[in-house]
Amino acid sequence: MSKVIIEFKDVYKSFNGILVHKGINLSIVEGEIMSLLGSSGSGKSVLLKELIGLVMPDSGDIIVLGNTVTQMNEESLIELREHVGMLFQGAALFDSLTVFENIAYPLREHLKLTEKEIRERVAEKLHLVGLGGIENKMSNELSGGMRKRVGLARAIATDPDIILYDEPTTGLDPITAQRINELIIDLQKKLGVTSVVVTHDLHCVKTVSNRIAMLYEGKIVAVGTWNELITSDIQVVRDFISGNICE
Amino acid sequence: MNILLSIDVAVKKFVLSVGQATLLAIKGFTGIFLPPFNLKLVLREIDNFGAGSLLLVDLIALFTGMVMALQTIYGLSMYGAEIYVGGVVSLSLVRELGPVMASIMVGARVGSGIAAEIGSMQVTEQIDAMRALGASPVKKLVTPKIIAAMITLPLLTVTANIVGIFGGMIIALFELDIDSTFYINSVLNTITVSDLLSGVGKTVFFGIIIAVVGCYFGLKTTGGTTGVGRSTTITVVTISILILISDFFLTKLFLILF
Repeated sequence: MSKVIIEFKDVYKSFNGILVHKGINLSIVEGEIMSLLGSSGSGKSVLLKELIGLVMPDSGDIIVLGNTVTQMNEESLIELREHVGMLFQGAALFDSLTVFENIAYPLREHLKLTEKEIRERVAEKLHLVGLGGIENKMSNELSGGMRKRVGLARAIATDPDIILYDEPTTGLDPITAQRINELIIDLQKKLGVTSVVVTHDLHCVKTVSNRIAMLYEGKIVAVGTWNELITSDIQVVRDFISGNICE
Repeated sequence: MNILLSIDVAVKKFVLSVGQATLLAIKGFTGIFLPPFNLKLVLREIDNFGAGSLLLVDLIALFTGMVMALQTIYGLSMYGAEIYVGGVVSLSLVRELGPVMASIMVGARVGSGIAAEIGSMQVTEQIDAMRALGASPVKKLVTPKIIAAMITLPLLTVTANIVGIFGGMIIALFELDIDSTFYINSVLNTITVSDLLSGVGKTVFFGIIIAVVGCYFGLKTTGGTTGVGRSTTITVVTISILILISDFFLTKLFLILF
Protein backbone atom coordinates (compact mmCIF):
# COMPACT_ATOMS: atom_id res chain seq x y z
CA MET A 1 0.00 0.00 0.00
CA SER A 2 1.31 3.45 -0.97
CA LYS A 3 2.37 5.82 1.74
CA VAL A 4 0.25 8.94 2.39
CA ILE A 5 2.57 11.96 2.35
CA ILE A 6 0.03 14.80 2.28
CA GLU A 7 -3.05 14.85 4.45
CA PHE A 8 -5.71 17.50 5.03
CA LYS A 9 -7.77 16.81 8.16
CA ASP A 10 -10.97 18.78 8.66
CA VAL A 11 -9.48 22.05 7.38
CA TYR A 12 -11.49 25.25 7.73
CA LYS A 13 -10.46 28.61 6.31
CA SER A 14 -12.28 31.92 5.93
CA PHE A 15 -11.38 35.27 4.39
CA ASN A 16 -13.16 38.42 5.63
CA GLY A 17 -15.89 36.31 7.20
CA ILE A 18 -16.49 34.20 4.08
CA LEU A 19 -15.88 30.51 4.68
CA VAL A 20 -13.80 29.10 1.80
CA HIS A 21 -12.96 25.70 3.25
CA LYS A 22 -15.66 23.96 5.27
CA GLY A 23 -13.91 20.85 6.51
CA ILE A 24 -11.49 19.67 3.82
CA ASN A 25 -10.39 16.05 4.14
CA LEU A 26 -7.96 14.70 1.55
CA SER A 27 -5.06 12.24 1.42
CA ILE A 28 -2.41 12.22 -1.31
CA VAL A 29 -0.11 9.24 -1.66
CA GLU A 30 3.57 9.20 -2.54
CA GLY A 31 4.40 9.38 -6.25
CA GLU A 32 0.93 10.19 -7.56
CA ILE A 33 -0.30 13.18 -9.53
CA MET A 34 -3.40 14.50 -7.80
CA SER A 35 -5.40 17.22 -9.55
CA LEU A 36 -7.71 19.56 -7.68
CA LEU A 37 -10.75 20.66 -9.65
CA GLY A 38 -13.23 23.32 -8.72
CA SER A 39 -14.75 26.58 -9.87
CA SER A 40 -12.98 29.93 -9.58
CA GLY A 41 -12.81 31.23 -6.02
CA SER A 42 -13.47 27.79 -4.56
CA GLY A 43 -10.15 27.95 -2.68
CA LYS A 44 -8.01 25.52 -4.69
CA SER A 45 -4.94 27.77 -4.75
CA VAL A 46 -5.42 28.47 -1.04
CA LEU A 47 -5.16 24.71 -0.42
CA LEU A 48 -1.76 24.68 -2.13
CA LYS A 49 -0.60 27.67 -0.10
CA GLU A 50 -1.83 26.07 3.12
CA LEU A 51 0.17 22.99 2.26
CA ILE A 52 3.48 24.85 2.69
CA GLY A 53 2.31 27.28 5.35
CA LEU A 54 2.08 30.38 3.15
CA VAL A 55 -1.49 30.64 4.42
CA MET A 56 -2.57 29.07 7.69
CA PRO A 57 -6.02 27.46 8.08
CA ASP A 58 -8.37 28.65 10.83
CA SER A 59 -8.68 25.09 12.16
CA GLY A 60 -7.82 21.54 11.23
CA ASP A 61 -4.50 19.86 10.53
CA ILE A 62 -2.32 19.59 7.44
CA ILE A 63 0.36 16.93 7.50
CA VAL A 64 3.12 17.03 4.88
CA LEU A 65 6.00 14.52 4.84
CA GLY A 66 5.20 13.66 8.46
CA ASN A 67 5.24 17.30 9.62
CA THR A 68 2.12 18.99 10.96
CA VAL A 69 2.29 22.27 9.04
CA THR A 70 -0.31 23.94 11.23
CA GLN A 71 1.93 23.55 14.29
CA MET A 72 5.18 24.70 12.69
CA ASN A 73 6.90 28.08 13.07
CA GLU A 74 8.38 29.99 10.12
CA GLU A 75 11.90 28.56 10.68
CA SER A 76 10.66 24.93 10.58
CA LEU A 77 8.48 25.74 7.57
CA ILE A 78 11.55 27.00 5.70
CA GLU A 79 13.17 23.57 6.22
CA LEU A 80 10.00 21.84 4.99
CA ARG A 81 9.83 24.07 1.90
CA GLU A 82 13.19 22.69 0.75
CA HIS A 83 11.30 19.46 0.00
CA VAL A 84 8.34 21.11 -1.72
CA GLY A 85 8.57 23.05 -5.00
CA MET A 86 5.78 25.33 -6.16
CA LEU A 87 4.93 26.67 -9.61
CA PHE A 88 2.84 29.80 -9.14
CA GLN A 89 -0.05 30.80 -11.37
CA GLY A 90 1.80 33.68 -13.03
CA ALA A 91 5.17 31.95 -12.48
CA ALA A 92 6.04 34.68 -9.91
CA LEU A 93 9.57 35.06 -11.23
CA PHE A 94 11.60 37.77 -9.49
CA ASP A 95 11.56 40.47 -12.15
CA SER A 96 14.72 42.17 -10.88
CA LEU A 97 16.74 38.96 -11.36
CA THR A 98 17.91 37.03 -14.42
CA VAL A 99 16.64 33.54 -15.25
CA PHE A 100 19.85 32.13 -13.76
CA GLU A 101 19.46 34.06 -10.51
CA ASN A 102 15.80 33.03 -10.27
CA ILE A 103 16.61 29.31 -10.51
CA ALA A 104 19.70 29.68 -8.31
CA TYR A 105 17.60 31.41 -5.61
CA PRO A 106 16.33 28.30 -3.78
CA LEU A 107 19.74 26.65 -4.20
CA ARG A 108 21.44 29.54 -2.43
CA GLU A 109 18.77 29.61 0.29
CA HIS A 110 18.58 25.89 1.02
CA LEU A 111 21.78 24.19 -0.09
CA LYS A 112 25.43 24.90 0.49
CA LEU A 113 26.67 24.52 -3.07
CA THR A 114 29.69 26.05 -4.78
CA GLU A 115 29.11 28.56 -7.57
CA LYS A 116 30.18 25.89 -10.11
CA GLU A 117 27.67 23.39 -8.72
CA ILE A 118 24.91 26.02 -8.82
CA ARG A 119 25.70 26.78 -12.49
CA GLU A 120 25.58 23.09 -13.34
CA ARG A 121 22.32 22.56 -11.46
CA VAL A 122 20.67 25.59 -13.12
CA ALA A 123 21.76 24.43 -16.59
CA GLU A 124 20.48 20.90 -15.85
CA LYS A 125 17.04 22.13 -14.73
CA LEU A 126 16.72 24.51 -17.67
CA HIS A 127 17.60 21.64 -20.02
CA LEU A 128 14.96 19.49 -18.31
CA VAL A 129 12.25 22.06 -19.09
CA GLY A 130 13.59 22.49 -22.62
CA LEU A 131 15.05 25.98 -22.22
CA GLY A 132 18.82 25.70 -22.41
CA GLY A 133 20.94 28.82 -22.89
CA ILE A 134 18.58 31.52 -21.59
CA GLU A 135 20.33 31.97 -18.23
CA ASN A 136 21.16 35.63 -18.79
CA LYS A 137 17.71 36.76 -19.94
CA MET A 138 15.55 38.87 -17.65
CA SER A 139 12.12 37.47 -16.81
CA ASN A 140 10.32 40.28 -18.69
CA GLU A 141 12.04 39.16 -21.90
CA LEU A 142 10.30 35.77 -21.74
CA SER A 143 6.99 34.66 -23.23
CA GLY A 144 4.19 33.31 -20.99
CA GLY A 145 5.08 29.70 -21.74
CA MET A 146 8.79 30.31 -21.12
CA ARG A 147 8.02 32.03 -17.83
CA LYS A 148 5.97 29.02 -16.73
CA ARG A 149 8.80 26.66 -17.66
CA VAL A 150 11.42 28.79 -15.90
CA GLY A 151 9.08 28.84 -12.89
CA LEU A 152 8.97 25.07 -13.10
CA ALA A 153 12.77 24.84 -13.36
CA ARG A 154 12.96 26.99 -10.21
CA ALA A 155 10.38 24.82 -8.45
CA ILE A 156 12.39 21.65 -9.11
CA ALA A 157 15.82 23.19 -8.50
CA THR A 158 16.26 21.60 -5.08
CA ASP A 159 14.97 18.18 -6.29
CA PRO A 160 11.87 18.36 -4.11
CA ASP A 161 9.77 15.37 -3.05
CA ILE A 162 6.54 17.24 -3.80
CA ILE A 163 5.73 19.70 -6.60
CA LEU A 164 2.69 21.98 -6.43
CA TYR A 165 1.34 23.38 -9.69
CA ASP A 166 -1.04 26.34 -9.57
CA GLU A 167 -2.81 26.63 -12.93
CA PRO A 168 0.21 25.35 -14.92
CA THR A 169 -1.45 25.64 -18.34
CA THR A 170 -3.76 28.63 -17.90
CA GLY A 171 -3.29 31.29 -20.57
CA LEU A 172 -1.03 29.16 -22.73
CA ASP A 173 -1.55 28.09 -26.33
CA PRO A 174 -2.50 24.40 -26.81
CA ILE A 175 0.97 23.35 -27.93
CA THR A 176 2.76 24.99 -25.00
CA ALA A 177 0.06 23.67 -22.64
CA GLN A 178 0.63 20.16 -23.95
CA ARG A 179 4.39 20.61 -23.47
CA ILE A 180 3.78 21.59 -19.84
CA ASN A 181 1.50 18.56 -19.36
CA GLU A 182 4.23 16.30 -20.71
CA LEU A 183 6.74 17.96 -18.39
CA ILE A 184 4.53 17.26 -15.37
CA ILE A 185 4.32 13.58 -16.34
CA ASP A 186 8.06 13.44 -17.18
CA LEU A 187 9.00 14.90 -13.82
CA GLN A 188 6.89 12.29 -12.07
CA LYS A 189 8.50 9.51 -14.07
CA LYS A 190 12.10 10.83 -13.96
CA LEU A 191 12.19 12.24 -10.44
CA GLY A 192 9.45 10.14 -8.85
CA VAL A 193 7.91 13.19 -7.24
CA THR A 194 4.41 13.58 -5.87
CA SER A 195 2.49 16.31 -7.67
CA VAL A 196 -0.57 18.34 -6.77
CA VAL A 197 -2.08 20.19 -9.72
CA VAL A 198 -4.67 22.93 -9.38
CA THR A 199 -6.32 23.69 -12.69
CA HIS A 200 -9.47 24.45 -14.66
CA ASP A 201 -8.02 22.85 -17.76
CA LEU A 202 -9.93 19.57 -18.13
CA HIS A 203 -7.56 18.38 -20.85
CA CYS A 204 -4.63 18.90 -18.46
CA VAL A 205 -6.53 17.05 -15.71
CA LYS A 206 -7.33 14.12 -17.99
CA THR A 207 -3.77 13.94 -19.36
CA VAL A 208 -1.69 14.18 -16.21
CA SER A 209 -3.76 12.97 -13.25
CA ASN A 210 -3.62 9.65 -11.48
CA ARG A 211 -6.46 10.82 -9.26
CA ILE A 212 -8.67 13.89 -9.18
CA ALA A 213 -10.30 15.62 -6.21
CA MET A 214 -13.28 17.89 -6.79
CA LEU A 215 -13.73 20.88 -4.49
CA TYR A 216 -17.29 22.15 -4.30
CA GLU A 217 -18.81 24.60 -1.81
CA GLY A 218 -15.80 24.34 0.49
CA LYS A 219 -15.64 20.55 0.64
CA ILE A 220 -14.02 17.73 -1.30
CA VAL A 221 -17.10 16.10 -2.81
CA ALA A 222 -15.38 13.39 -4.88
CA VAL A 223 -11.99 11.75 -5.27
CA GLY A 224 -11.15 9.25 -8.00
CA THR A 225 -9.71 8.64 -11.43
CA TRP A 226 -11.00 10.49 -14.51
CA ASN A 227 -13.19 7.51 -15.46
CA GLU A 228 -14.56 7.23 -11.93
CA LEU A 229 -15.44 10.89 -11.82
CA ILE A 230 -17.07 10.97 -15.23
CA THR A 231 -19.42 8.18 -14.12
CA SER A 232 -19.83 9.59 -10.62
CA ASP A 233 -23.19 9.39 -8.84
CA ILE A 234 -22.80 13.03 -7.86
CA GLN A 235 -24.50 15.25 -10.40
CA VAL A 236 -22.29 18.31 -9.78
CA VAL A 237 -19.12 16.27 -10.45
CA ARG A 238 -20.47 14.85 -13.70
CA ASP A 239 -21.63 18.30 -14.78
CA PHE A 240 -18.28 19.93 -14.03
CA ILE A 241 -16.29 17.25 -15.83
CA SER A 242 -18.55 17.43 -18.87
CA GLY A 243 -18.43 21.23 -18.78
CA ASN A 244 -22.08 21.80 -17.96
CA ILE A 245 -21.32 24.18 -15.12
CA CYS A 246 -20.30 27.62 -16.29
CA GLU A 247 -18.18 29.60 -13.81
CA MET B 1 -25.53 52.90 16.72
CA ASN B 2 -24.13 52.37 13.23
CA ILE B 3 -21.71 55.26 13.72
CA LEU B 4 -20.50 53.73 16.99
CA LEU B 5 -20.02 50.40 15.25
CA SER B 6 -18.06 52.04 12.43
CA ILE B 7 -15.85 53.87 14.94
CA ASP B 8 -15.32 50.59 16.80
CA VAL B 9 -14.28 48.80 13.59
CA ALA B 10 -12.02 51.68 12.52
CA VAL B 11 -10.29 51.85 15.91
CA LYS B 12 -9.74 48.07 15.97
CA LYS B 13 -8.36 48.19 12.42
CA PHE B 14 -6.03 51.05 13.36
CA VAL B 15 -4.77 49.29 16.50
CA LEU B 16 -4.23 46.09 14.49
CA SER B 17 -2.24 47.98 11.85
CA VAL B 18 -0.08 49.68 14.48
CA GLY B 19 0.53 46.30 16.11
CA GLN B 20 1.46 44.64 12.83
CA ALA B 21 3.76 47.51 11.80
CA THR B 22 5.46 47.44 15.22
CA LEU B 23 5.96 43.70 14.94
CA LEU B 24 7.44 44.16 11.47
CA ALA B 25 9.78 46.86 12.82
CA ILE B 26 10.92 44.56 15.66
CA LYS B 27 11.47 41.61 13.29
CA GLY B 28 13.27 43.82 10.77
CA PHE B 29 15.45 45.41 13.44
CA THR B 30 16.39 42.12 15.16
CA GLY B 31 17.23 40.77 11.69
CA ILE B 32 20.23 43.14 11.73
CA PHE B 33 21.91 40.95 14.35
CA LEU B 34 20.88 37.53 13.01
CA PRO B 35 22.73 35.61 10.26
CA PRO B 36 22.83 35.26 7.31
CA PHE B 37 24.17 38.77 6.66
CA ASN B 38 23.79 40.07 3.13
CA LEU B 39 26.10 43.05 2.59
CA LYS B 40 25.26 43.23 -1.13
CA LEU B 41 21.58 43.93 -0.42
CA VAL B 42 22.46 46.57 2.18
CA LEU B 43 24.85 48.34 -0.22
CA ARG B 44 22.19 48.34 -2.93
CA GLU B 45 19.74 49.96 -0.53
CA ILE B 46 22.33 52.49 0.66
CA ASP B 47 22.84 53.48 -2.97
CA ASN B 48 19.06 53.82 -3.42
CA PHE B 49 18.53 55.80 -0.19
CA GLY B 50 21.68 57.88 -0.20
CA ALA B 51 23.17 58.45 -3.65
CA GLY B 52 19.73 58.64 -5.27
CA SER B 53 18.48 61.26 -2.80
CA LEU B 54 21.63 63.37 -2.37
CA LEU B 55 21.00 65.88 -5.15
CA LEU B 56 17.31 66.32 -4.30
CA VAL B 57 17.92 66.82 -0.57
CA ASP B 58 20.81 69.25 -1.11
CA LEU B 59 18.93 71.28 -3.72
CA ILE B 60 16.00 71.71 -1.34
CA ALA B 61 18.42 72.48 1.52
CA LEU B 62 20.18 75.17 -0.53
CA PHE B 63 16.97 77.08 -1.22
CA THR B 64 15.63 76.52 2.29
CA GLY B 65 18.84 78.03 3.69
CA MET B 66 18.49 80.98 1.33
CA VAL B 67 14.84 81.58 2.23
CA MET B 68 15.64 81.20 5.93
CA ALA B 69 18.36 83.85 5.59
CA LEU B 70 16.04 86.26 3.77
CA GLN B 71 13.33 85.89 6.41
CA THR B 72 15.81 86.08 9.29
CA ILE B 73 17.42 89.25 7.94
CA TYR B 74 13.94 90.77 7.61
CA GLY B 75 13.04 89.82 11.20
CA LEU B 76 16.32 90.74 12.83
CA SER B 77 16.61 94.06 10.99
CA MET B 78 13.73 95.36 13.15
CA TYR B 79 16.12 95.15 16.11
CA GLY B 80 19.29 95.99 14.16
CA ALA B 81 20.63 92.50 14.76
CA GLU B 82 20.73 91.24 11.17
CA ILE B 83 24.45 90.51 11.33
CA TYR B 84 23.60 87.49 13.48
CA VAL B 85 21.85 85.85 10.54
CA GLY B 86 24.49 83.08 10.34
CA GLY B 87 23.86 81.92 13.90
CA VAL B 88 20.08 81.92 13.60
CA VAL B 89 20.00 80.20 10.19
CA SER B 90 22.50 77.52 11.22
CA LEU B 91 20.76 76.80 14.51
CA SER B 92 17.36 76.43 12.81
CA LEU B 93 18.81 74.22 10.10
CA VAL B 94 20.96 71.99 12.28
CA ARG B 95 18.41 71.43 15.06
CA GLU B 96 15.20 71.25 13.09
CA LEU B 97 14.86 72.11 9.44
CA GLY B 98 17.72 70.03 8.07
CA PRO B 99 16.70 66.72 9.72
CA VAL B 100 12.95 67.09 9.14
CA MET B 101 13.23 68.39 5.60
CA ALA B 102 15.75 65.74 4.54
CA SER B 103 13.64 63.00 6.12
CA ILE B 104 10.39 64.11 4.50
CA MET B 105 12.14 64.39 1.12
CA VAL B 106 13.69 60.92 1.44
CA GLY B 107 10.42 59.60 2.86
CA ALA B 108 8.50 60.80 -0.18
CA ARG B 109 11.09 59.62 -2.69
CA VAL B 110 12.30 56.36 -1.18
CA GLY B 111 9.28 55.44 0.97
CA SER B 112 6.96 55.54 -2.03
CA GLY B 113 9.51 53.55 -4.04
CA ILE B 114 9.71 50.88 -1.34
CA ALA B 115 5.91 50.59 -1.13
CA ALA B 116 5.62 50.35 -4.93
CA GLU B 117 8.42 47.78 -5.23
CA ILE B 118 7.21 45.50 -2.45
CA GLY B 119 3.55 46.10 -3.35
CA SER B 120 4.18 44.98 -6.94
CA MET B 121 6.01 41.92 -5.64
CA GLN B 122 3.06 41.17 -3.36
CA VAL B 123 0.37 41.36 -6.05
CA THR B 124 2.44 39.24 -8.48
CA GLU B 125 2.99 36.57 -5.78
CA GLN B 126 6.74 37.21 -5.68
CA ILE B 127 6.62 37.59 -1.89
CA ASP B 128 4.85 34.21 -1.62
CA ALA B 129 7.42 32.76 -4.04
CA MET B 130 10.22 34.14 -1.88
CA ARG B 131 8.78 32.38 1.17
CA ALA B 132 8.09 29.21 -0.81
CA LEU B 133 11.73 29.18 -1.93
CA GLY B 134 12.91 29.27 1.67
CA ALA B 135 13.75 32.95 2.13
CA SER B 136 12.36 35.36 4.69
CA PRO B 137 10.90 38.52 3.09
CA VAL B 138 11.66 40.40 6.32
CA LYS B 139 15.32 39.42 6.19
CA LYS B 140 15.63 39.96 2.44
CA LEU B 141 13.59 43.14 2.06
CA VAL B 142 12.91 44.88 5.36
CA THR B 143 16.18 44.51 7.29
CA PRO B 144 18.50 45.83 4.52
CA LYS B 145 16.22 48.85 4.08
CA ILE B 146 16.22 49.61 7.83
CA ILE B 147 20.03 49.40 7.98
CA ALA B 148 20.41 51.57 4.87
CA ALA B 149 17.96 54.18 6.19
CA MET B 150 19.66 54.33 9.60
CA ILE B 151 23.06 54.90 7.95
CA THR B 152 22.20 57.22 5.06
CA LEU B 153 19.63 59.57 6.55
CA PRO B 154 22.04 61.05 9.16
CA LEU B 155 24.69 61.47 6.43
CA LEU B 156 22.21 63.13 4.09
CA THR B 157 21.16 65.43 6.92
CA VAL B 158 24.76 66.50 7.54
CA THR B 159 25.16 67.40 3.85
CA ALA B 160 21.77 69.20 3.91
CA ASN B 161 22.93 71.21 6.94
CA ILE B 162 26.17 72.24 5.24
CA VAL B 163 24.49 73.16 1.96
CA GLY B 164 21.67 75.00 3.76
CA ILE B 165 24.13 77.06 5.79
CA PHE B 166 26.03 77.80 2.58
CA GLY B 167 22.77 78.97 1.00
CA GLY B 168 22.26 81.32 3.92
CA MET B 169 25.78 82.63 3.46
CA ILE B 170 25.12 83.50 -0.20
CA ILE B 171 22.15 85.65 0.84
CA ALA B 172 24.08 87.22 3.72
CA LEU B 173 26.93 88.13 1.34
CA PHE B 174 24.65 89.71 -1.25
CA GLU B 175 21.95 91.24 0.95
CA LEU B 176 24.01 92.46 3.90
CA ASP B 177 27.48 92.58 2.41
CA ILE B 178 28.68 90.55 5.42
CA ASP B 179 32.17 89.09 5.23
CA SER B 180 32.09 85.31 4.71
CA THR B 181 34.59 84.76 7.58
CA PHE B 182 32.28 86.68 9.92
CA TYR B 183 29.32 84.55 8.78
CA ILE B 184 31.23 81.27 9.29
CA ASN B 185 32.49 82.41 12.71
CA SER B 186 28.94 83.34 13.67
CA VAL B 187 27.82 79.83 12.66
CA LEU B 188 30.66 78.11 14.53
CA ASN B 189 30.15 80.22 17.65
CA THR B 190 26.43 79.44 17.73
CA ILE B 191 26.00 75.76 17.01
CA THR B 192 27.34 73.19 19.45
CA VAL B 193 27.99 69.47 19.21
CA SER B 194 24.78 68.79 21.13
CA ASP B 195 22.79 70.82 18.54
CA LEU B 196 24.29 68.69 15.81
CA LEU B 197 23.73 65.43 17.68
CA SER B 198 20.13 66.19 18.57
CA GLY B 199 19.35 67.02 14.94
CA VAL B 200 21.21 64.14 13.33
CA GLY B 201 20.18 61.70 16.08
CA LYS B 202 16.50 62.20 15.25
CA THR B 203 17.06 61.12 11.66
CA VAL B 204 18.08 57.60 12.76
CA PHE B 205 14.52 57.19 14.05
CA PHE B 206 13.03 58.90 11.00
CA GLY B 207 14.97 56.44 8.84
CA ILE B 208 13.42 53.48 10.67
CA ILE B 209 9.96 55.07 10.19
CA ILE B 210 10.54 55.49 6.41
CA ALA B 211 11.80 51.92 5.90
CA VAL B 212 9.19 50.21 8.09
CA VAL B 213 6.17 52.20 6.85
CA GLY B 214 7.18 51.67 3.20
CA CYS B 215 7.69 47.94 3.73
CA TYR B 216 4.52 47.56 5.83
CA PHE B 217 2.18 49.14 3.29
CA GLY B 218 4.00 47.32 0.48
CA LEU B 219 3.47 43.96 2.15
CA LYS B 220 -0.18 44.79 2.91
CA THR B 221 -0.92 45.60 -0.74
CA THR B 222 -3.92 43.90 -2.29
CA GLY B 223 -5.97 44.60 -5.40
CA GLY B 224 -3.50 44.67 -8.29
CA THR B 225 -2.01 47.85 -9.73
CA THR B 226 -4.70 50.05 -8.14
CA GLY B 227 -3.67 48.59 -4.79
CA VAL B 228 -0.02 49.45 -5.47
CA GLY B 229 -0.99 53.07 -6.18
CA ARG B 230 -3.06 53.19 -2.98
CA SER B 231 -0.17 51.79 -0.92
CA THR B 232 2.25 54.33 -2.38
CA THR B 233 -0.01 57.26 -1.52
CA ILE B 234 -0.80 56.12 2.01
CA THR B 235 2.91 55.46 2.61
CA VAL B 236 3.93 59.03 1.77
CA VAL B 237 1.10 60.51 3.86
CA THR B 238 1.83 58.25 6.84
CA ILE B 239 5.59 58.84 6.73
CA SER B 240 5.13 62.63 6.62
CA ILE B 241 2.67 62.61 9.53
CA LEU B 242 4.76 60.22 11.63
CA ILE B 243 7.95 62.20 11.05
CA LEU B 244 6.30 65.44 12.17
CA ILE B 245 4.64 63.88 15.23
CA SER B 246 7.69 61.91 16.32
CA ASP B 247 9.84 65.01 15.76
CA PHE B 248 8.04 66.74 18.62
CA PHE B 249 8.63 63.87 21.05
CA LEU B 250 12.21 63.27 19.91
CA THR B 251 13.00 66.99 20.23
CA LYS B 252 11.65 66.92 23.77
CA LEU B 253 13.70 63.79 24.52
CA PHE B 254 16.93 65.20 23.07
CA LEU B 255 16.43 68.47 24.96
CA ILE B 256 16.43 66.41 28.15
CA LEU B 257 19.38 64.25 27.08
CA PHE B 258 21.66 66.99 25.71
